[in-house]
Amino acid sequence: MELVNYLYLASILFALGATTVLLRRNAIVVFMGVELMLNATNLALVTFARMHGDITGQVLAFFVMVVAAAEVVVGLAIIVTIFRARRSASVDDVNLLKS
Amino acid sequence: MQTLSLAPWLVATPLIGAALLLLVGRRSDRWGHWFGVLASTATFVIGLVILLDMLGVDAAERVGVHTTASWIDVGPLSVDLGFQVDPLSMTFVMLISFVGSLIHLYSVAYMSHDRDRRRFFAYLNLFVAAMLLLVLADSYLLLFVGWEGVGLASYLLIGFWDHHLPNAVAGKKAFVMNRVGDMGLIAAMMFMLATFGGVDFLTVLGTAGAVDEGTATAIGLLLLLAACGKSAQLPLQAWLGDAMAGPTPVSALIHAATMVTAGVYLLVRSGPLLEAAPDAQLVIAVVGALTLLFGAIVGCAKDDIKKALAASTMSQIGYMMLAAGLGPVGYAFAIFHLLTHGFFKAGLFLGAGSVMHAMDDDVNMRRFGGLARLLPVTAITMGLGWLAILGVPPFSGFYSKDKIIEAAFVGEGWRPWVFGIVALVGAGITAYYMSRLFFMTFMGRRRWASELAGGAGRDGAADGTPVRHPHESPWLMTLPMVVLAIGSVGLGFVLNAGDRFVHWLEPVTGHAEHHEPVLPIWLIVTLTLVLVVLGAALAFVQYAVQRVPTTPPPASALVRAARVDLHQDDVNEGLVMLPGKVLTRSMVFADRTAVDAGWLGLAGGVGRLGGWLRGLQSGYVRQYAATTLGGLGVIVLVIWLVSGQGAS
Repeated sequence: MELVNYLYLASILFALGATTVLLRRNAIVVFMGVELMLNATNLALVTFARMHGDITGQVLAFFVMVVAAAEVVVGLAIIVTIFRARRSASVDDVNLLKS
Repeated sequence: MQTLSLAPWLVATPLIGAALLLLVGRRSDRWGHWFGVLASTATFVIGLVILLDMLGVDAAERVGVHTTASWIDVGPLSVDLGFQVDPLSMTFVMLISFVGSLIHLYSVAYMSHDRDRRRFFAYLNLFVAAMLLLVLADSYLLLFVGWEGVGLASYLLIGFWDHHLPNAVAGKKAFVMNRVGDMGLIAAMMFMLATFGGVDFLTVLGTAGAVDEGTATAIGLLLLLAACGKSAQLPLQAWLGDAMAGPTPVSALIHAATMVTAGVYLLVRSGPLLEAAPDAQLVIAVVGALTLLFGAIVGCAKDDIKKALAASTMSQIGYMMLAAGLGPVGYAFAIFHLLTHGFFKAGLFLGAGSVMHAMDDDVNMRRFGGLARLLPVTAITMGLGWLAILGVPPFSGFYSKDKIIEAAFVGEGWRPWVFGIVALVGAGITAYYMSRLFFMTFMGRRRWASELAGGAGRDGAADGTPVRHPHESPWLMTLPMVVLAIGSVGLGFVLNAGDRFVHWLEPVTGHAEHHEPVLPIWLIVTLTLVLVVLGAALAFVQYAVQRVPTTPPPASALVRAARVDLHQDDVNEGLVMLPGKVLTRSMVFADRTAVDAGWLGLAGGVGRLGGWLRGLQSGYVRQYAATTLGGLGVIVLVIWLVSGQGAS
């Protein structure tokens, strides 16, 4: 199987994730979109590692996973706190910083 | 001289008096005036000790400088806090402290009903301190400190009764017009610094002969500007008449005897510098001659007794300036006249104050008349001052003014004739207006009503004549008048005997060669006396024999102009104030329409741009995410394009 197909898959997954982030209002779903984008990136990194025959990409993928895990912890905590305060998880309701 | 080290105390003593009276405040109200008198008298005593010491040494040793400390020491410039003690400064010290002490004494009674008498004495002490610093300074810069100090004291005292608006305005007018002159002194010091590298008398006057004529002329004219401001000479004369708004002792001390003569002191002190600039000397003499006539003409038409005396002061200082502009031949006589004038004019002003005291503070001479019998001491002392200013022998004015007239006739070409005749005519006009003042006040019919006379009720007679209760002033007021009158009588004779005063000043002014006037001296003296007698006789007929109308009668154009000070305020307003106003208005307009509009437009543009950019901050996280994604897309595109082209 051509390695480049993994990259096509990664692109499709990234596009799906980005679309989710941009279009959905529910913060949890937006969060899932972000995770999808991160994993698409991981897939691309691993593929590149395979293509180049070294482990730089794989190491980078581990870093991304660690960051993603931390991000999930913090992000979910924020979402839960906002939900408690506002009884809503819609990202459009959180707009206090607008002009 | 052993007593040289006492010189700083001449300035410190009255300064301590002023500081104490101002700092202790209302608590010193009960004894403050006597403390002021004490400070002033102590200054006089210190001055007397130094003078006696100076008289005991040879003429060559009479010039000394006492340096107390270094004042300014920056780079090549070094100015000391030094005191110049020589016959010229000691003459002034004695005049200021003696006349000052007498006027302090007079003020104790004159201001006795004033709530702020203590403050008045504090200012008087401040004035004495500043004036003594002015004459004792050993550099132009230290002189300038005193120069500004007397200006401040003058301002504070003219506007002493500042609850009455015109008084405050008069004080401001004096201050602002003096400022114009001060600019001259500052600019002159800048020139000195650039030319001589210093501002002390030793450096400037010692090397004045080596400087080129153009620079010397520039410095001389700038010093003249300064002198014009302080001494109320043309074209900066307009403030002196209004300065009479201050209490009468102030007019006597500051605006007649001492401060207004500071300009003459400055010019005489700068003598060696002026001798390097004949053109500047000519301008000084011309200014003096013009002011002499100006003041005399104004004095003839004034009905306000103090303003008539102010015009006379202006005219007499014109004489001194004329003498100062004549060079070494005139310096000693300028100072001589300044000294005698200090006595008789202070005496005349104190007399005027006594008359005002008797007439419920009225100053209109058309409402006086026949006061000689009721105010005998005032009438006699003022009469002696009047004879002195007229220049009747053997009163002191005769010796000093006559010498100036003689000196004015010395020279070559057109100058002696013009200056001499102006001085001569001025003496005649002086005789007229001073006699007019004397006769209108003390002689002729009474133009006021007394309750004892029939037909006058409490509110005045039927024709509106005010009711007055003239009475002689208390001894505290008459005593200084008597002392000054004695000075007016004898000072000239005593100091003139054997040219004593001229020799006394020689260590400072230098020895002047004797020059013959273009007319024989006996003719000049005779002409002067004839003119004086004519002027006095004319005034006698007009104001003692004939009836004096109580309202100013219609008169010729010249008299009408003289009544409003020859339109000096209109001239100032037309030539200086109006263009100044137009200039400031146009500057404000240019500032608003060009400068402000430009920067405000730019600021507005930035603000609008910010407002537009602010719209991008919608608060929707998804929109921010889209922006980030778009940015990422742009970066990828750029990298792709750059690397793609690099590869192909």
